[in-house]
Amino acid sequence: MSDAREVPAVRVDLSGVRRRLDGTQGRTYWKSLEELARTPEFLEFLHREFPQQASEFDDPQGRREFLTVMGASLALAGLVGCTKQPEEKIVPYVQPPEQVVPGKPLFFATAMLDQGYAKGILVESHLGRPTKIEGNPDHPASLGATDAAGQAWVLGLYDPDRSQTLSYRGEIRAWSDFLAAMRNAMAVQRPRQGVGLRILTETVTSPSLAAQLQELLADMPAAKWHQWEPAGGGASAMAQAVGGPRSVQYRFDQADVILSLDADFVMDGPASLRYVREYTARRKRPAEAPMNRLYVVETTPSPTGAIADHRLPLRPSEMEGFARAVSSAMGGGAAGAGGAAGAGGSAAWAAAVAKDLQAHAGRSLVLAGDYQPAAVHALAHEMNQRLGNVGQTVVYGAPVEARPVDPMASLAELTADMKAGRVEVLLVLGSNPAYSAPVDLGFAEAMDKVKLRVHLGLYEDETAALCHWHIPQAHALESWGDARAFDGTATIMQPLIAPLYESARSAHEVLAAFSSRPDRKGHDVVKDFWRTQLGGDFEQAWRRALHDGVVTGWTGPVGAGGAATASTATTSPTAATAAPPASAGAGLEIAFRPDPTIHDGRYANLGWLQELPKPITKLTWDNAAMIAPATAARLGVNNNDVVELKYRGRTVRAPVWTLPGQAEDTVTVHLGYGRTRAGRVGNGAGFDANLIRTSDAPWAGRGLEVARTGEKKTLACTQDHWSIDQNAEARHVIRPTTVDDYAKEPERIKELTEVPPRDETLYSNYKYPGHAWGMSIDLNSCVGCGACVVACVAENNIPVVGREQVARGREMHWLRVDRYFSGQPERAETITAHFQPLPCQQCENAPCEQVCPVAATTHSDEGLNDQVYNRCIGTRYCQNNCPYKVRRFNFFLYQDWTTATLKLQRNPDVTVRSRGVMEKCTYCVQRIEQARITAHNESREIRDGEIQTACQSACPGEAIVFGDVNDPNSRVSRLKSQHRDYSLLGEINTRPRTTYLAEVKNPNPEIPAAPGPEGSEHHG
Amino acid sequence: MAEQPEAPQKREPPPIAGDVATAIRGQQPTVHVPHPEMHALLAPGHDFATVTEKISSLVLQRGTPLWWFVGFAVSFALMNVLLVSLAYLVLKGVGIWGINEPIGWGFAIINFVWWIGIGHAGTLISAILLLLKQEWRTSINRFAEAMTLFAVACAGVYPALHTGRPWLDYWMIPYPNTMGLWPNFRSPLIWDVFAVSTYATVSALFWFVGLIPDFATLRDRTTNRWAAHIYGMLAMGWRGSARHWHNYDTAYLLLAGLATPLVISVHTVVSFDFAVGIVPGWHATIFPPYFVAGAIYAGFAMVLTLAIPLRKLYGLEDFITMRHLENMGKVMLATGLIVAYGYMMEAFGGFYSGNLYEAFAIHNRQFGPYSHYYWALILCNIVAPQFIWIKNVRTSVIGLFIVAMFVNVGMWLERFVIVVTSLHRDYLPSSWGMYHPTFWDWSTYVGTLGLFFTLFFLFIRFMPVISIFEMRTIVPGAEVREESA
Repeated sequence: MSDAREVPAVRVDLSGVRRRLDGTQGRTYWKSLEELARTPEFLEFLHREFPQQASEFDDPQGRREFLTVMGASLALAGLVGCTKQPEEKIVPYVQPPEQVVPGKPLFFATAMLDQGYAKGILVESHLGRPTKIEGNPDHPASLGATDAAGQAWVLGLYDPDRSQTLSYRGEIRAWSDFLAAMRNAMAVQRPRQGVGLRILTETVTSPSLAAQLQELLADMPAAKWHQWEPAGGGASAMAQAVGGPRSVQYRFDQADVILSLDADFVMDGPASLRYVREYTARRKRPAEAPMNRLYVVETTPSPTGAIADHRLPLRPSEMEGFARAVSSAMGGGAAGAGGAAGAGGSAAWAAAVAKDLQAHAGRSLVLAGDYQPAAVHALAHEMNQRLGNVGQTVVYGAPVEARPVDPMASLAELTADMKAGRVEVLLVLGSNPAYSAPVDLGFAEAMDKVKLRVHLGLYEDETAALCHWHIPQAHALESWGDARAFDGTATIMQPLIAPLYESARSAHEVLAAFSSRPDRKGHDVVKDFWRTQLGGDFEQAWRRALHDGVVTGWTGPVGAGGAATASTATTSPTAATAAPPASAGAGLEIAFRPDPTIHDGRYANLGWLQELPKPITKLTWDNAAMIAPATAARLGVNNNDVVELKYRGRTVRAPVWTLPGQAEDTVTVHLGYGRTRAGRVGNGAGFDANLIRTSDAPWAGRGLEVARTGEKKTLACTQDHWSIDQNAEARHVIRPTTVDDYAKEPERIKELTEVPPRDETLYSNYKYPGHAWGMSIDLNSCVGCGACVVACVAENNIPVVGREQVARGREMHWLRVDRYFSGQPERAETITAHFQPLPCQQCENAPCEQVCPVAATTHSDEGLNDQVYNRCIGTRYCQNNCPYKVRRFNFFLYQDWTTATLKLQRNPDVTVRSRGVMEKCTYCVQRIEQARITAHNESREIRDGEIQTACQSACPGEAIVFGDVNDPNSRVSRLKSQHRDYSLLGEINTRPRTTYLAEVKNPNPEIPAAPGPEGSEHHG
Repeated sequence: MAEQPEAPQKREPPPIAGDVATAIRGQQPTVHVPHPEMHALLAPGHDFATVTEKISSLVLQRGTPLWWFVGFAVSFALMNVLLVSLAYLVLKGVGIWGINEPIGWGFAIINFVWWIGIGHAGTLISAILLLLKQEWRTSINRFAEAMTLFAVACAGVYPALHTGRPWLDYWMIPYPNTMGLWPNFRSPLIWDVFAVSTYATVSALFWFVGLIPDFATLRDRTTNRWAAHIYGMLAMGWRGSARHWHNYDTAYLLLAGLATPLVISVHTVVSFDFAVGIVPGWHATIFPPYFVAGAIYAGFAMVLTLAIPLRKLYGLEDFITMRHLENMGKVMLATGLIVAYGYMMEAFGGFYSGNLYEAFAIHNRQFGPYSHYYWALILCNIVAPQFIWIKNVRTSVIGLFIVAMFVNVGMWLERFVIVVTSLHRDYLPSSWGMYHPTFWDWSTYVGTLGLFFTLFFLFIRFMPVISIFEMRTIVPGAEVREESA
């Protein structure tokens, strides 16, 4: 409209003006030369100015046209509005995109990162929304399984607390502002070779990111690249032992006898999933195939210790001495002093282990844990060499990390530079050192000395708070990238969805900002890199790599300098000849470990992982000072007592948790808690163990003092106090046995309880003519990691209820992993932990079904115990009457019905439950129905193995197998035909469809059996 | 307090239909001679007029005593606590209570069973004792029935609102619906719906029918026009004709016959809620009889709890005599012994079954984390009533009151022990837990006490607390005897 009022730009006829002025008298005021000139255009303008379009209104033809035009422009004005509206397509696809069918999920291969290493995943996508993570069977670090963190990876994408906007000192800025700021900063740095530039990343295995970093460092040679990994360092300790950075692969499938020196290989590390698969494969048929044997020496009970055949709790300071004792018992000259093995029993233990290892030379394996000093690694390496294991069960290769460094040293160097004022620009990519750095480095204080601080992160975390610029990081599921697995296999990580937040950038894109092409997209960076790596038809190879989730035929960066070729380390370990450590003195020792669920704190804001009970303690939402019962009694503390941990002059307050099996006189604390800027979920959970952790002894140390404070903090534990577990033995809940006992009396496991015969009933049994779904859970393969629990949460839209509700006993997990201890709590060496995953048992005689007043839980003709949410009125009678206590009640409205991003995550095939209804495991009935529809469409029967429940597909140990028990050849039927198959609580005639395969241990007869499960079983 | 200051003696009572009828029925005065050892059912010196006068004056007197206002105010305040608690419950969900994963039923079901149990005495006194021609029931049946109704009302609050989605409770009622679904008739909760609703209906009917002649009396005696209208409507045209009385007696007997099996059935069905479940500690055949005995036990304790202050405050010592109190004490003692036998057999059954879970459940009750509840229960329910053996206690108002209070608490503890200690440790030790009642658990419980006493205070103010016409039948000379030659 305003256009009409503007004076038309025409040439003014000055002669006409003069003429007009000449003809006037007195003063004449004129507004413009145009007015003076009285040009036709001006007259026209005047005429049209007020009222608008007046002439057209006089003209019937023009008026009609005017109205037409006005009508259209009004309509358009309404459409355009004030701001740009999101594009909305209101018509259905005329030509739908290939493969996208509503209701049919698609799967895309990519990878999740575990401390920088790739674990291959397949991401389920519903109409463009990634909803669920599955393992990639083609990926060497996954083999189809995932861990708990992998399952929660998708929640990280949708976390509503993710940072959403680029900011400078807390004010929202545009990407272009950032680019400008960096251009200015680099203008200063570049002429000085980047002497003031420091880049801090996490462990980098990404070849393309490494190439970008190399390029940057080539451009500015004086700049430095540091890496910080709070729970890293294992690789560098091993590097010291084997004489240079190496990647290591253990071949558990080849190992008959395994000694773990505090190596929690089933939970920790980039290859854990593969190791569990290989390890448990040797324990699946104890009656037929010979089992492997695992010895574990550890400070804190871990899942690895739980699945071990023999477990010895030792203080951290005793670990090296023990390793030395084993080594010397094998004839190693390293130790000399066998007495260093420490207290009494462990010497005999070490000798027996050494003998067993030697008897299986070349088929044995000694592992040193990531949190052990280089000396223990050296001893392990030395033993492996002596046993001829290197090349057999231990394979060294070229390092996978782009630049292997000791993260602690790297961060210390950076901090020193910062303190000295040598750092002018600090670029923190993904890492959160302000929280996770050991306290003595003083990283947060050193930040003040840096002039320009830039942070890229998923959250506005502790480090972001100290930085000038914060760039929201694009989640790995919404950006391009790549990463390598523990064995060097590369995966190209593809986005499943456009970034949820416009200003999110990937590390690739941020690094590109420092290059000559600052606006390059992540896709181009990654693809261009791989263009240089893949020969042949690149597009085809690229598409294939994306499809498979692994880059086949690629072993390492082409043209990168210093790529070591695979070689077997032959250097003599130097540390092994060093003097043995002083024997353990008095006083408490402290051990630091990453948390089993939220790791070093990076997953602190993921409710799924916070609520996942820790494998051994079954604590949720908190870390604790874990103390052996005997030590706790001596210190006069008990569960939930808040104590002050004083270590090296620093203190932190922590609640106590007594843990049977913990080495005496030690306190273990988990990292990752006590976050202050994690988000709404992670803030305020637990205490920050980094506050007493120092860089010189990051994993263990002596001289801890424990002082009572008199305060209490109730920890949210999902399983009652451990002292009750003798009841579990009497009830034959778990039925551990040994290989020998099992061979002698294979039927004994079944006969421990008397199951009523099926036909002893007044009514005829239902026949189940079609399918009869059942499940077999192998307790010998379960490592208790909890991946199945989180998989169930992700698949079935299970809500997170929070710490307070868990403490009240209202956790919602449909599937739980029960943990039982056997042994004497006061004697740590007798303790064994046992795991038992417990989904709904799908009883054929279901006690829950009979008591529901409204028939909301009923039996299907395939034997499923169905729960009809719509019909449930919530009397909770079924829950009372369920002997397995697997039913879960929505005491409140636990589901988040409002947060937009969380809605995107939900599985559209599963009801989102409301307040006041009961829910429970359904055997993933939605997957059964999907398979049924697919099979029906293809006019065939459902194949065995076609249906995998969520827990089954996540399980690294393949402990859970689902299938049709009517089919005698199905995998589940064959498993159930083993003698060690038993029904939990079968004696009350519930006829559960889920049955268990008893745990079979393979103890060394030379080590006296702890009076644990084996001993007590006979009085049952 | 005992004598009403402005009792309407001054006024000549109008001819009263009820009185006439009773008078006709009791033409021949005979002297009721109690056993010399026994206390009288009615203090000497009463005739038809004084009985009528005394009881109806409680309702028709003009001034309301101060204690009534105080009691009513407190009860009413507590009832509002209930309303707030229930509003919050519906707003937030049952999570406001202390129930959790192993313990799906907490205070709600404990209190439900407790109230239902209390509600048993009324019907027992009214129906069974009527059929057994126990005359001593006459002065206590009215308020015992009222107590029953109010207790059932309180009980009904819990199962209706303890569900997760109480607005869908009607799905438990079998009615033709578009979903084509019936309730699950195998579920004891459905039996509960029928049993409790039938019991509430019959109790209400019985109570109301019993009140009709007395409403007529009040209608005739009141001087307030409005009261006359209201009582008139409630009296349903009762004129006290012989035909009325004939039909009335038949109806009353029939109702008593109907109500009698209910006394047994309601608590039997309630006990099925537990006994049909497979939870160790619930799954026992002894539950139905021992629940019924327990209910009568609890009911008589509550009647005593109410009768003792009431007779004092209203000066009804003439009508509710020591004989009544003593008899109720005896019933308590008898049922208490049955209950004690139940506890013994429960423990013995756990041991003798050889069933690991049953044995553990009993052991856990006695020595587990809730053992103090169990032993408190034994003290209240088994030890305390033994004092009733002693005549001096049995005939002491204070002594009976104390024992009754013990039993009230004990019966609540019994339900707590049954519900909580069984559930909190059942089969799998991994799922064991503890129960911690919350503020809202307590406020709801105290709130139902408020509801109960609010109703009770209204009742004693506006309705005759003792059946006037039935009292008149035990006045000396009420019995019609054939004239012997």
